[in-house]
Amino acid sequence: MRDRYKLIILAVAAIVITAVFLGKGLNADNYQFFLSRRSPKVLAIIFASIAIAVSSLIFQTITNNRILTPSIMGFDSLYLLTQVLIVSLFGGMSSLFIDAKLNFLASTTLMMLFSTILFGLYFRKKGANIFSLLLVGVVCGSLFDSIAQFLMMVMDPNEFMNVQDSMFASFNNVNGELVYWSMFPLALILIYLFKVASTLDVFWLGKDNATSLGINTDKVVRKMMFVIALLISISTALIGPVLFFGLIVVALTRQLFSSYQHSVLVTATSLLAVVMLLGGQWVVENLLGFQTTISVIINFFGGIYFLFLLLRNKLN
Amino acid sequence: MLMGLGIIILGLSSLFIGAADMQLQAILAGDTDALTIFFVSRVPRLIAICLAGAGLSVAGLVMQQVCQNRFASPSTTGTIDCAMLGYVFALVFASNSNSTVTMLSIFTFSILGTLLFVQFLQRLKFKNVILVPLIGIMYGNIVGSLTTFIAYKYDLVQSLSAWTVANFSSVLRGNFELLYVAIPASILAYLYASRFSAASMGESFAKNIGLDYKKVVFIGVVIVAVLSSSVVMIVGMIPFLGLIVPNVVSLFKGDNMRKNLPFTAYWGAVLVLCCDVLGRVVIFPYEVPISMIISIVGGVVFIYLVMRDKSNA
Repeated sequence: MRDRYKLIILAVAAIVITAVFLGKGLNADNYQFFLSRRSPKVLAIIFASIAIAVSSLIFQTITNNRILTPSIMGFDSLYLLTQVLIVSLFGGMSSLFIDAKLNFLASTTLMMLFSTILFGLYFRKKGANIFSLLLVGVVCGSLFDSIAQFLMMVMDPNEFMNVQDSMFASFNNVNGELVYWSMFPLALILIYLFKVASTLDVFWLGKDNATSLGINTDKVVRKMMFVIALLISISTALIGPVLFFGLIVVALTRQLFSSYQHSVLVTATSLLAVVMLLGGQWVVENLLGFQTTISVIINFFGGIYFLFLLLRNKLN
Repeated sequence: MLMGLGIIILGLSSLFIGAADMQLQAILAGDTDALTIFFVSRVPRLIAICLAGAGLSVAGLVMQQVCQNRFASPSTTGTIDCAMLGYVFALVFASNSNSTVTMLSIFTFSILGTLLFVQFLQRLKFKNVILVPLIGIMYGNIVGSLTTFIAYKYDLVQSLSAWTVANFSSVLRGNFELLYVAIPASILAYLYASRFSAASMGESFAKNIGLDYKKVVFIGVVIVAVLSSSVVMIVGMIPFLGLIVPNVVSLFKGDNMRKNLPFTAYWGAVLVLCCDVLGRVVIFPYEVPISMIISIVGGVVFIYLVMRDKSNA
């Protein structure tokens, strides 16, 4: 019962913050202009925070570990690299880059391939150490970044202009069309996750237990990897890479909610993510006067928190 | 013998590759333009490459002894990130001052930052081989976001990112001489090699054989910080170099630090030279900054080293 109250409080908080964001300084004369400017941005932040939080949650479940998240493993960087690769191979005017849907398909396919290779290689070994997996992921992330930088360096300047937008996506220049389009895959994924929530609950007990309870773990992992790749594509396309956000949100969710049920956890983490990211952006805009970007703050506190988790995880 | 030949060939190719047309005959004939290019740009560049490559590799080797971890290096213990913070700090709070103040600020920050990390490691009870670089990289990320925070506030993001990308193309006579500090620092490292090796056996062992452990660690950190921050200041960030060179050398030569140090310095210089020549050839007559090439090469080698590490596979 208590979890339900917490969920309600979170939901109310999320709605209030969204309303504050959308409604500030509105009156009968200017509402059309302000709403048309603000709603894509607010929607983008909401969708992206849900995508980040849920992908981290699922990732932790299938790896059965509390300190892994897809973005620390370099998935965000991989998305950006994919964009640069598409432009340098097919050109900035190709439909593969310009058409949001085609681009989305191509990026997720590539990310799927990568994650299958990396994790397939890794988890096949007996007794894989989670720290070396993390380290390989971190280094892969910086490797992808350097390759992307290298490609941009040798790229035609006109083509570079096309990529630049996707490299420095931020909260303030959101692609409006993409926001509305990304609603559908996100909604489908969430519905799907609620349907398989009970399977995920069992998965959290560990791979061996899940297998003995009659779950085809490899199949589930493959499906979930696909879901994660989709979610990362959505969030990175909407607001760009935010390294530690998923980690913070999911960890907080697990602290706040005693539940192990994924139907509860998915809802809770989504709501919490919206509250935190929108709230954080509001603080940056109104209290810090745009003097910093929210991703810097997230990296700073998230990094410290991550160290804390690493050490505690090691010491226990 | 073969080693000497290798670096001479690479050095010569480095001297004669470049955007400005310059022929050997012209130099021999005493052509003024050719001589100017040769002595103002090409020769300083070659010296800078060798010093930076050797210096950073030695720094990595020392760091690995001090941290008792073979994946420690200036780029995985936050030293380079702290140097960047020192640079931004100097830009913001001492903008009118000369380069000496900037340099001092960079030195101070990288020494203090690295000491903080080393202290932290010593508190840590369980030292997993992989955990140390992981913590170090995250520590670097935290310091880096602090740097970005300051840079963003004072509109320095652009000059910071221009400075981060390591590139030897800006090296000219008169602006790289600070790198000579690598020579005394490396000699000092050589003299202290056996003490570092003893320290790498752990604090209690070092104290048992009558070593002032704290002092040795401090000297090690100072050597590392001076070497890597001089490179950061003149050239920019060269990731993974201090990590892969000492590791690959010890793969072939064993673990004797005093014996390995000259080889480490040599192979560091050769690797940077190779990458620099490659970067100048790939999209001739333009060049690709060395930090990109080396982080691609270094990243791949690093992943290989981690994966082949039997103890945590």
